Formats: sequence, C-alpha cells, structure tokens
Amino acid sequence: MVNLALAWAEAYGRLHPEVQIAVTGGGSGTGIAALINGTVDMANASRPIKAEERAQAEANGIVPVEHVVAGDAIAIVVHPSNPVHGLTIPQLAAIFSGKITNWRQVGGEDRPVVLLSRESNSGTHVFFLEEVVRQGRKDDKTLFSPDTLLMPSSEGISAEVRQNPNAIGYDGLGYVTPDQKVLAVASAEGQPYVLPTVETVKDGSYPIARELYIYTAGEPQGAIREYLDWIVGPEGQAIVRELGFVPLR
Amino acid sequence: MNRLNVRWREFVIETLIRLSGFSAILFVVLVFLFLLKEGAPTFWQISPGNLFGQRWYPNEGLFGTWPLILGSLLVTAGAVVIALPLGLATAVFIRELAPDWLREILKPLIEVLAGIPSVVLGFLGMVAVAPLVRQVLNVPTGLTAFTGALMLAYMSLPTIISVAEDAIDAVPKSYRDGALALGATHWQTIWRVVLPAARSGVIIAVMLGIGRAIGETMAVMMVTGNAARVPHEWNALFLPVRTMTATIAAEMGEVAQGSTHYHVLFAVGILLFVVTFLINAATSVVIIRSGERRGGRLMG
Repeated sequence: MVNLALAWAEAYGRLHPEVQIAVTGGGSGTGIAALINGTVDMANASRPIKAEERAQAEANGIVPVEHVVAGDAIAIVVHPSNPVHGLTIPQLAAIFSGKITNWRQVGGEDRPVVLLSRESNSGTHVFFLEEVVRQGRKDDKTLFSPDTLLMPSSEGISAEVRQNPNAIGYDGLGYVTPDQKVLAVASAEGQPYVLPTVETVKDGSYPIARELYIYTAGEPQGAIREYLDWIVGPEGQAIVRELGFVPLR
Repeated sequence: MNRLNVRWREFVIETLIRLSGFSAILFVVLVFLFLLKEGAPTFWQISPGNLFGQRWYPNEGLFGTWPLILGSLLVTAGAVVIALPLGLATAVFIRELAPDWLREILKPLIEVLAGIPSVVLGFLGMVAVAPLVRQVLNVPTGLTAFTGALMLAYMSLPTIISVAEDAIDAVPKSYRDGALALGATHWQTIWRVVLPAARSGVIIAVMLGIGRAIGETMAVMMVTGNAARVPHEWNALFLPVRTMTATIAAEMGEVAQGSTHYHVLFAVGILLFVVTFLINAATSVVIIRSGERRGGRLMG
C-alpha cells in the first residue's frame, strides 16, 4: 500500500501544506508494529490486525481502530501465449503447493509450471497463502511449494511472466502490466469464471479480493480525522482508482 | 624547534597512527560481537533439528538453513569455476601475449568492469541473461543458480585478473629466459614454468574471488529466483536457489525486532561473517608464506 499512501500524502499535502505527512514503507507487519510502539499515527495494512498484535497494542495502552479505505484484488497472471483462460481456486491451490507441476494437467501445453510469488513478508503473499493455497481453511497447514520463486518486487514477477511461457504468478491488481495475461478465477468447479475488475471486486463476484485498512491509535482526532475523511472521500478514492485499486463506492 | 618538541610531535603522530590501525581491528571485533549478541538467542530458541532442516519458511516457524547455505555455496562454486579459467587466461594474455598498446587499453577497461554497480548487473541479468539462459539451456526458468554464478563470475573477474596478473608479472625474468634457452616454446614456458611459479598468487586470486562472490547480495537476489530449495539433483545448478545474503536482504527489513526470525537472520549473518573471515585469513596466510618463500615478495 506504500504507493497508495505516497499518492495520498502527496495530493493532500498540496491541498493542506500546513499538515506534515511522512510515509515509510516496510509492509503491513512493520506498520502495525510501529503503531503498537507508538511511533506512528496511522498504519496502512493490506491484512487485518492479528489477535496477538491487538493484545500487544492494548498492553501498551493503545487501542487500534480499523478503517477500511480501499479494496484490492489479487490477479493471477500468465504469459500472453498461455492457452489457459481460467482456473478454479482448488486448481490454484494444487498448482502453488506443488501438486500440479505441468500445464497440461490444467488444460494447457506440455510445459513445466514455474511458480512466481512475492516475498514471504508481503501482505499479498500472506493473503494468497490463506485464501488461495489454503483455500480459506483456517486449520489447513499447506505451504507454498519450495520451488516457488520469491521475487523481491512486483517488477521481478512481471519481468519473468512477460517472457516465460511456463510462468504463473500473482500480484495486486494495481501492479499488473498490459503485457501479461490475467486469468479468470472460479471459486470452485462449476462456478462462473470471473476476471478481476473494479466492478467484479465491488460486487463480490471475484473470489480473490481483500480490503485495505488504515489503523489508528484510538479514534482519530483533529488533523488525522480530517485526513482519513479525505481519504475515504471522493478525492482520495479517485486516487485509489487511478493506482489500480478498488474504490469503496 | 627544540628536541623535546620534536619528540612530542613524533609521539603524538605515532600514537594517532597506531590508534587508527587498532581501530580497524576494533570495528571488526565490535561488528562480530554485535552479530553474536543478536544472533546467539537463535541457538536456544530453535532446535538444531529445525535450524538445520530442509525447509525455510519463517512465517510458519520453519527455520531450516540448509537450502540457504547450499544455495550460497552452489552459486559461489559456479562463479569460481567460470571465472577462474577466464580470469587466468585473460591475465596470461595481458602479461605474456598482448602487445604493449593493447595492454594499455585492456588494463583500464578491466578496472571499469569492476566499477559497474552490482544492482545494475542484477537488473541486466534479470531482464537479458535469464531469458537467454531459459531459451538456450531449455530449462523451465532462466532464474537459476547458473545465472547467478554467471553474474558473480563477471563481478569477480576484475579481482581475479588483477591479482593473477600481478602474480605472473612477479615471476622473475630469469625463469622465462632459462626455459626459452632450454628450447621451450612460448606456450610451454607459460604453462609449465610461469604459471606454476605464480601458483600462490593464483590461489590468492581465487580466494579473493570467492570472498567477493559469497558476500554478493543484490545481483543474486534478482537472478537466482530465491526459491529456498535444497539443491540435491545433478542439474541443480540450472534450477533456482536462495542464497544467505538474499535472504537477509529480503527479510530483515520487515522482521519484528527481538523475534525469533530476527535472531535467525543474525545467525545467518554470523555464518557469512565467519566464512568470509576464514577465507580472508587463509588468503593472508598464503600471502605471507609465499612472501617468505620468495624472500619478501608479496605476491607470486
């Protein structure tokens, strides 16, 4: 969410130059940890706060308040020449956990599957693990296949997907470039295959979607309250749409 | 200026220089102590079975470092195997075969090679070399240990060439004259007299190349695929790996201070420190011993 946070801060800074906004990246975990330590006013997170993090915060006298500020979809991307158009969640789970290793097992060409993923400290990675690889089951302990390539950035994933016909990867909708092919996803065999767009995320038909949050220490007051109101207002949401995420309305 | 003044000045200058020298040792010791302090909790927080297991997935408490250690070793070994013959051949060419005008061009060019930032090489590797490797070698992906070894070889090459070149240069002219007088051809002289005489310098060059390769982070992070798998097949060089350096770089930024993951990353750092230290220490021993043998020459 750092790109979003930066875009928001920049735009708001132009409207209200008296307000100083400093944005640092580092991932959902880093932001929430900083909130718990009392070193930041707002923590952006692409996943909900965990129970143990909430307990730690309250032990420090901080009550985290959750605000939903945008939506996001995880797009499954493959090389443009890949004949496969859609996959189900169970198929994706089997592919990314290493049970399916050849494209012909899902109706593609006779090619080995090359798995691309974000690094394990990324909120996107964790979300994908829980919702796709483990198919949303809380007690499932399946892991990504050890052969999964963990790329340090979205550009790393894009660079491989756009030139390797064996590749399959995932990333936030805002990071997909036009030279990659996006697959339609069905939640199960027999369900409709849906492509990720702003509309299909908003109406809930795309199965791999999530909310993006900002956590504050207690109910926001003063300048923080005004900033948050602006973020969920029309101008902040226009920036959300511009960056490829899904606005609230 | 009277003698007391001069003696005082001398004393101050010598002390300052001595302090500077010792401060270098002090920094190294302090760094090592800090690594130890932050990494030591690993050994009582994680069981050895976990620490030397085969699966590295910290999110779920799996801290098997074998894939990382073997990944680093594989990429480094590959880099040395590629860079050593190439570097040695280049050094021989520059010293023994190239005309003077060519030598004057090649030497600065090699220094320029050394100046290219590793992240630029990593990017080139990711965008240009990896697709080529995939197409030419017909492997599933071009992000492999081999690609990493290639980029590392490129980076170690200037070091290996410079040191090997100095070693060859230090071989006394009398050796070459003697060989030629006995009827040896130029190549026989190089291969059977000069190179064996320059042996310790070549060993030093290899060790410095290894030291450079094992510590490289950005380039390998971008081209080796970062898949934490144990390279157990015969063709593991052409499959993705994950190095210790890339793991620290990718994960340290987001780890919670004081968590088990944090301590393990420092433990991996300790391992890297120790390995690099041992390589450098061994190199120094070889330098000193070869110096003694040759009556004081530093290389060769």
